[in-house]
Amino acid sequence: MRIFALFFNLLEPLFRWAQTSLGKHRLAWLFVGPNLLVFGIFTFLPIAIDFVYATSGGVNLMPLERPFTGLENFQILLECRDYSDLSTCRKDVFWRALFNTFKFTVLQVGLMVFFSLVTALVLNRKILGRGFWRGVFFYPVLLSPVVVALIWKWMLQSQGVFNAALALWDLPAIEWLTDASWAFFWTVFVSIWAHMGFYTLILLAGLQAIPQDLYEAAQMDRASPWRTLTRITLPMLMPNLIVVLVLAAIRAVQIFDEVFVLTGGGPGTATTFIVQFIYQTGFAEQIHLYGLAAAASLALAGFLVVLTLLQLRLTRASEVGEKVPR
Amino acid sequence: MNMSMLSVTRGRKRLHWTDVLSYVYLLVGLITLFGPVLWLVMSSFKTEAALGMYPPSFLPYAQKSLVVTGHDQPLPLFLVHQDGQAPRAMAQVGRIGLMATMVDPAQPDVTVQVPIQQRIPITELAFAWGNYADLFQKFNFGRFLWNSVFITVVATLLTLLFNSMAAFALSKYQFKGRKAVFMLIISTLMIPPTIILVPVFLVINGAGLLNSLWGVILPAVATPTGVFLLRQYMLSIPDELLEAARMDHASEWRIYWRIVLPLSAPALAVLAIFSVMWRWNDFLLPLIVLSRNEFFTLQLALNAFQGELNTQWNYLLAMTVITLLPVTLVFAFLQRHITTGIANAGVK
Repeated sequence: MRIFALFFNLLEPLFRWAQTSLGKHRLAWLFVGPNLLVFGIFTFLPIAIDFVYATSGGVNLMPLERPFTGLENFQILLECRDYSDLSTCRKDVFWRALFNTFKFTVLQVGLMVFFSLVTALVLNRKILGRGFWRGVFFYPVLLSPVVVALIWKWMLQSQGVFNAALALWDLPAIEWLTDASWAFFWTVFVSIWAHMGFYTLILLAGLQAIPQDLYEAAQMDRASPWRTLTRITLPMLMPNLIVVLVLAAIRAVQIFDEVFVLTGGGPGTATTFIVQFIYQTGFAEQIHLYGLAAAASLALAGFLVVLTLLQLRLTRASEVGEKVPR
Repeated sequence: MNMSMLSVTRGRKRLHWTDVLSYVYLLVGLITLFGPVLWLVMSSFKTEAALGMYPPSFLPYAQKSLVVTGHDQPLPLFLVHQDGQAPRAMAQVGRIGLMATMVDPAQPDVTVQVPIQQRIPITELAFAWGNYADLFQKFNFGRFLWNSVFITVVATLLTLLFNSMAAFALSKYQFKGRKAVFMLIISTLMIPPTIILVPVFLVINGAGLLNSLWGVILPAVATPTGVFLLRQYMLSIPDELLEAARMDHASEWRIYWRIVLPLSAPALAVLAIFSVMWRWNDFLLPLIVLSRNEFFTLQLALNAFQGELNTQWNYLLAMTVITLLPVTLVFAFLQRHITTGIANAGVK
């Protein structure tokens, strides 16, 4: 504690001088300064540079030394000789990543919100040890993506516990992570496993905010449990459900870490998603095509803006505040 | 307390079928969510040989071994079933093809040839702590651990400082552009790090922070979530307290760190927990900034290690357990703060 006091005391003269020379109101800028500086350098400046990269070609990292190419990067990304056949596209990996991301988002968000809702409904009942159960469902949220991926990779490897269980029933072993359909299934499953607790928590908070007299009234009218659920609980929970749906979609579109460690995007391009395409194009491959990566980033950004606006629109319609992603 | 939404009135003693269903669901959830983690932890205590055993066991069993006179190394013990004889424990000296050379520990001079299908290993419960100890000797593990701890601690301290300073100004001063600044900071919530990956790399490179731990720390110290969380909290601190201090000629800086900071301790604690989790688990930013082995964080080391051709799972598993340990401990002790903090702010 003393070391902190020393630190703050050391800064005292600087701020005292600023206070007398700037005045109290302009001193506020000194307080927000460090934050704004970091945001400026590491968030707003990069956004501007993103546009420069996306509209210039070559492999030079310095934005000003790159030749301007207009929309060529976007053309390269989107060009196909025959749009009914992805393998004729110049960047067929981009199209496959786009398609995979779409499929993943629909499946993952749909299933995850369903299971989060069921879990929240169960946790909101009179059950023994509610705090414990809530902790159980929330715990994986805290694990790092790499750890999550390794936990599952260990069980899904060919000598893993799943194949041992199959062998016990005299069934042939399955290559869970090198078979395209299974690999895709597990990326969806593992990401639901890791993130569902967060959405359960938001929905649970929503459930607990529903006024009890509604249920008492329903009980007086001898409403069936099913009718109570569909006529009271779900309509009252709708604002939270919308928030959860859009938040989950925004995250799902950006899926990268877990899948990168779990399957590496494979087999082939079966589990390659859009962020991995950006990472590979800009950093992992021999020639770093920053322009192409930035163009793909902007395409992703455009999609996220649409999702965010959708969220604002829907939440304003249902009047829920301040549920924001990080 | 709450009247649950699925249930009708029920007696105190009788379990309604929906209750049974709920507990079944929770139990399945417990197995699905905790089972894999438990399996990982148990596996991390197995020796490399035990990991190769098929079918795998839940508890870490290892083959028993014994020092037999005339042999330097301890020999693995087997239970030998031979026709017409009672099963007996024998140590294996060597093995060629389908025949094993075995020796009875009681008669170390007599070796016997035994077909390998007539012997089964004798196992005992043994925790292979060596997996953990070896990490520090065989690999640069101490270094990775230090990198992760350094980044987490320094970034969290700076996050608390910068964000609380901004929150202080935004909640306690009326200055021109206050609304604009607040909106600007909050708007960064909508800019996911993935879409500015390439230019952030350029900026970090331009600042000479590539392959430096500061290259991971600095971009992360300003968080919209932190500013938002702290500002909301500081708004509830009465302005009269600040005015009284000003009467006593306290400087604004002093008011900030002697009055406002201590009073914001609960919100600072929540942000500290969040920050520790964010930084400890961070992957994408370190992945592009830190490419040299000696700067790897635990997450990067795990990723690099699992990608190697002959993955030594016993070490990889132990490394994974150490990586998830701090977060698990934080959660075990601060569960309530974390869950209510997240439910209130809607952030993760």
